[in-house]
Amino acid sequence: MSLIRFFKTIFMIDFLTGLIMAIKEIFKPKKTINYPFEKGSISPRARGEHALRRYPNGEERCIACKLCEAVCPAQAITIESSEREDGSRKTTRYDIDMLKCIYCGLCEQSCPVDAIVQGPNFEFATETREELYYNKEKLLENGDRWENILAANINADSSHR
Amino acid sequence: MTELFIFFEQIYRILFLLIPVLVSVAMIVWLDRRVWAFVQKRRGPNVVGPFGLFQTLADALKYIFKEIIIPASSNKVIFILAPIVTMTLALIAWAVIPFSETFVLADINVGILYLFAVSSLGVYGIIMGGWASNSKYPFLGAIRSAAQMVSYEVSIGVIIINVLLCVGSLNLSDIVLAQKDLWFVIPLFPMFIIFFISALAETNRPPFDLPEAEAELVAGYQTEYSGMMYAMFWLGEYANILLMCAMGSILFLGGWLSPIDLFPFNVIPAPIWLILKILFLFILFALIKAIVPRYRYDQLMKLGWKIFLPFSLIYVVLTASFLMYFDLLPGN
Repeated sequence: MSLIRFFKTIFMIDFLTGLIMAIKEIFKPKKTINYPFEKGSISPRARGEHALRRYPNGEERCIACKLCEAVCPAQAITIESSEREDGSRKTTRYDIDMLKCIYCGLCEQSCPVDAIVQGPNFEFATETREELYYNKEKLLENGDRWENILAANINADSSHR
Repeated sequence: MTELFIFFEQIYRILFLLIPVLVSVAMIVWLDRRVWAFVQKRRGPNVVGPFGLFQTLADALKYIFKEIIIPASSNKVIFILAPIVTMTLALIAWAVIPFSETFVLADINVGILYLFAVSSLGVYGIIMGGWASNSKYPFLGAIRSAAQMVSYEVSIGVIIINVLLCVGSLNLSDIVLAQKDLWFVIPLFPMFIIFFISALAETNRPPFDLPEAEAELVAGYQTEYSGMMYAMFWLGEYANILLMCAMGSILFLGGWLSPIDLFPFNVIPAPIWLILKILFLFILFALIKAIVPRYRYDQLMKLGWKIFLPFSLIYVVLTASFLMYFDLLPGN
């Protein structure tokens, strides 16, 4: 047995086997995707950039219950609210510090009206820190921009809720 | 006036060699990453330029704009000198590499000795960098590198004696011309293998990349370096690898000679053959980087001193006896 081992070492059999395997691997199809030009599929449950949704008639969904603010483990959400003329309670301020956020998805789970959701967008890198302090306008704008996909995702996941 | 003319002519010739070498070092870094990625079924750098060919240039440009940080407790003169030494030593060795029968910058009679001496000096850049950083990881990396490079230098020296016995000259062009009928890789095949493995150790490539073993030493002697100084270490390292490939192809693979002296092969210009051989050896370097795990330090030392050195010494005796017995000794 040790004689076989000796000859294997002298003639570098294991090494040559590895080398041949490496050369074979070169011509096999690639396992990675060409990222900025092609993107992988994303689950409907993906927890990406936040968005505040509206009802189809344009009314904000958020009722300022502050459950998301309470549940947020990183305390990234700040909400202030007041009564509007028609008597409904609405937010006057809804800030998310995207740098504090840990993208756990608890705000989305806690929301009783599906107002705050995390969308499929994960490419929102910025050049300054300030741009990542999201306010209500930014979040509502995100909601308007991604509404079709957000609604489809919530619908796809509804049977598991 | 004539002195000035000769001066500028020399400068022109040096630049004509140096700039292609530097550009090919950049390309070789790309090739290395690309081969490595392909073996692991990744794509590697493929965005900047055609096939990502300009990736290294983009990286170098980034390094130029990065801040150079000099540690407060370092020995500043030596700290700054170290990457310059590495880079310079890696580049001056190219002066004696013959690209064809006529195209060689300095056709000196002790070319191989010069090459060997300069590649041995390469360890100084690393030791200076590691020592001047005044920090534990660079220092440990530098010590490892010094011991490793010195050990493998010895076996490379003995391997070169094998080749020199067959040639009878220290001139690199003569070494190439002596392989007109038979490349030395065939009669000295075991020596070629040992030379190749020693070259891996000499240039701190995997599986012998202990001086920069990132798992235990962060980045070895490069730990404290940043910006352009780091880039110079990095370019010097790859220029050294390229030099070792050139040395291997000149000593064993017939340098700029074509494999067979037949029509389609012997019209291809000589430098192309040398470049192809260097590329072949370099792709082997890159493939080996992808497939082997790192050696343990005592195994590395054992391999160098207890296996390679005795084996190549025995082979010197065998070669000499063979040449003597069949009266094949060159010269005289």
